[in-house]
Amino acid sequence: MKEQRQHHPPSWAQRFVEWYCKPGLVEDLTGDLNECFERNVQSIGPRRAKLIYIIDAIKFFRSYTVRSSIFVNLFMNRIMIGSYVKTSGRNIMRNKLFSFINILGLAISMSVGLLLIAFVLDLRSYDRFHKNGERIYRITNVVTSNGDDNGKFATTSTKTGKLIREKVSGIEVAVMRNNFSGDAKVGDNVLPLRGFWAEPSLFRIFTFPMVEGNPATALKEPYSVVLTETAARKLFGNQAALGKAIQVDTVIYQVTGIMKDVPFFSHISFEALVSLSTVEQNNTGEWTNMWSNAVYLLPSENADMATIQSQLNAIAKEENLAEEKTKIQLELLPLYNIVVGESLRQSEGGPGFAGPHMPPVVLWILGGLALVVILSACFNYTNLSIARATRRIKEIGLRKAIGAGKGQVRLQFLAEAVMISLAALLLSFLLFLVLRPLLINMAPEMQQTVKLDLTPSMVAAFILFSVTVGVIAGFMPAVFFSKISPINAFGSVASMKMFKHLTLRRALVVIQYTVTLIFITTTAVGYVQYKNILAFDLGFNTANILNIDMQDNKPDALLKELGEMPEITGLSRSLITTGVGNVWGGNMKYKDSRDSVLVMTNHVDENYLPLHDYKLLAGGNFAARPATTAASSEVIVNEQVLKRFNIGAGNPEKAIGEQITLNGRKMTIVGVMQDFHYGKVENLIGPVAFTFWTPKDRSIISAKIKSADMPATLAKIESVWKKIDRVHPFTAEFYDEAIEEAYSEFSTMIKIIGFLSFLAISIASMGLFGMVVFTTETRLKEIGIRKVMGASIGNLIYLLSRNFLFLLSVSALIALPATYLFFKIVVLPNYPYHTPVQLTELSAGLLVVLLIAFMMIGSQTLKAARSNPVAVLKSE
Amino acid sequence: MKGTNLGEFEELVLLTVAALINEAYSVAICDELSNHTGRSVKLGVVHAVLNRLEEKGLLKSELGEATNARGGKRKRFYQVTMQGKTALINAKSMRDQLWARIPTLAWKKM
Repeated sequence: MKEQRQHHPPSWAQRFVEWYCKPGLVEDLTGDLNECFERNVQSIGPRRAKLIYIIDAIKFFRSYTVRSSIFVNLFMNRIMIGSYVKTSGRNIMRNKLFSFINILGLAISMSVGLLLIAFVLDLRSYDRFHKNGERIYRITNVVTSNGDDNGKFATTSTKTGKLIREKVSGIEVAVMRNNFSGDAKVGDNVLPLRGFWAEPSLFRIFTFPMVEGNPATALKEPYSVVLTETAARKLFGNQAALGKAIQVDTVIYQVTGIMKDVPFFSHISFEALVSLSTVEQNNTGEWTNMWSNAVYLLPSENADMATIQSQLNAIAKEENLAEEKTKIQLELLPLYNIVVGESLRQSEGGPGFAGPHMPPVVLWILGGLALVVILSACFNYTNLSIARATRRIKEIGLRKAIGAGKGQVRLQFLAEAVMISLAALLLSFLLFLVLRPLLINMAPEMQQTVKLDLTPSMVAAFILFSVTVGVIAGFMPAVFFSKISPINAFGSVASMKMFKHLTLRRALVVIQYTVTLIFITTTAVGYVQYKNILAFDLGFNTANILNIDMQDNKPDALLKELGEMPEITGLSRSLITTGVGNVWGGNMKYKDSRDSVLVMTNHVDENYLPLHDYKLLAGGNFAARPATTAASSEVIVNEQVLKRFNIGAGNPEKAIGEQITLNGRKMTIVGVMQDFHYGKVENLIGPVAFTFWTPKDRSIISAKIKSADMPATLAKIESVWKKIDRVHPFTAEFYDEAIEEAYSEFSTMIKIIGFLSFLAISIASMGLFGMVVFTTETRLKEIGIRKVMGASIGNLIYLLSRNFLFLLSVSALIALPATYLFFKIVVLPNYPYHTPVQLTELSAGLLVVLLIAFMMIGSQTLKAARSNPVAVLKSE
Repeated sequence: MKGTNLGEFEELVLLTVAALINEAYSVAICDELSNHTGRSVKLGVVHAVLNRLEEKGLLKSELGEATNARGGKRKRFYQVTMQGKTALINAKSMRDQLWARIPTLAWKKM
């Protein structure tokens, strides 16, 4: 007979079935499991067969198979848990310091977990209010042009919508178009209004309830508008809005419906919907004109998505035939995957269909970081609990001696850990409340994306999370203490195998401290770099300059009013604010008409250069005052322009009077500026040309202010603004603030890393503290003997802390070069005008960490070194 | 009243037991169902349904002879009772009546 290895089903699973199963059914069920197992071993191998056996064994656990006595036992255990809670509570109260450290450590790390849970739950609650949400899809356009992959777009042409409506049966289609916006006028009341152009079918796909009006017809006729309740109230006050007219620009729209406000967690948000038929009349609806529309689909309930996809493919194939350059594929994107899902490109149509968005990978990274922090805290709990073993082994021994089983000891320790983590949850919830506004206000996008308000499911998730953390943290101590035999417990503590994991713990201390050091030095270096950028000499002066956005108003009236204010020492007009990442480009040519260069431009008036202290190397300010763009003939350029075209052979004076062509118009160079930073600090300085500001341009008014009472002056300017424009709120910003804002992603980053450093350092400190307590407690006798033999306190401190110092130096040796290289290789090359990383920032971070670590080590070792040898040695 | 109506899966299981005659025990029923329906049928589910059908009185069961396979455990064989048979016949005739009511013309339109 052929020799064959015998495989056996996992015995614990078999015992599990025998334990819970009614006696009458045991034979039958285990027989079935065995038969399937034998068969699976043959067909899919022993490993998977075992897995299936286990799954089946658990699946057989049903109300009709389970012995009723089991439930009685579980109930008894519940009563026992009550007693565990009591003893655990006493234990927690007895060791206040120990419990406090554990609770604090867990609470701090759990607060990250809570923030993350709230964040994820908020993101996942997007668009869930639609009744048909699960069936709604949006069309994604996958574009290739000239063979290049252009990426995926959230937008589609209106023609796609039409074709789907014609060629795919049993499907509801709604086309939406971006950007209906303008100032709505009702009588004397003017308010900015924003929304979308949409079709009536929108109300059949999405759940946007109407309060007044008929959803089936409201968006049918051209020039109809549906307002949200809030928008209607703003425009009409308490009067009925239905049937009234509103004027936007020069067009009159009829209000045909009032709908409930769009919920916060909706990826499309708007105040008004205007019938798409209004703009449809003059829309060519080409297949490749896909830049500002979205198409939403609602297939009928039993539709087969694969069939619909193949129909879409057929449509795309046919349309692509007529195109030479651009090929478009259509994909279906489920509604629930819009907010948390793949990143899609959106065209320059303004804000629109992408809405708030978070790629899942970001969530994974955040989750990973949170997990590291939480595991680290759990590990500390474990470490501290076991470190305290010396004091608790006798208690456990006694429990066991009077008949407690392993399982009961285990349960007791788990209960204790869960109680600690629930206590930590209360504290971390307070932390969560403190951190929540900080997180939300970190970036404007955050405010529009999440609310982090408590919901029942969030509370449930928090509690579940806390219990899980407790179980993870308490798992190791529970196993450790349950293994203690009553005989050993009353013997010597040192004889037990408590040192088994010492190397692992040391490694973990090194890892924890390396991570901490990297976080802290990164924060320090990043902060210094950030401050350097803000203080960076851009080549022009930005102090005390207020930039007022005219928002399409004519600037002259405001200029006149502001000019009369004594606090304002200078005024100028410009097209854009430079130095904060805004750009405006133009094409420049010199003598060689084939050599064309993209130059950055700004349109400024004659006061702009002196107001901002631009340094002129040669020539002068604008002399002519052209009224139209076409009439302007003077240009002021920077040194880079001269260098690029080799004008004047290195001498700026010679460049004055030279002719260049800018955007097809002949212009004369009247001035040469010293190079300055037109873009952000990470951009290289390129050629720049200033031309004269003309009334057709959008205008930013720069006002130089000299005032002792800035808020009063600002209020005064705002009241002047109100006289000129009653509709739009006053938008003005100090130049320095605008620059700060331009680098806000930088400060956000520093805040996040700073917070993580805080977490890392608290957790690592607590871990170290646990280690120190553990070692000193186990070495107390040794210390006593050494003292008796005449060792000094200094000797003892050295003896006790040298190991830790060694560990810390190892972490420093890993972390500092890592941070240095990280900045040198990864971060700083992106910023050509950076300042190099200084040793001071690195060592400052190191110093902080070391100081805290020394305090941890010092306090405990000093305590141990000072202990009375008589008391220590007497105890045995 | 519980027991008058058969669920779709209950009906399938009951039919399979009837079809397997003397070989109807849980694993065989499971296999047979998988083969004929094309879906993956879980042992636990089949067992739960068999138990329910027995409670309803549509099936009866007894343990078979001891064998060496299955780790020496006996099989539990199932048989359709009179009540079970009636339930199956009722289900079939109800379906036949409904089928008969669909005019041929209506089919062509779909």
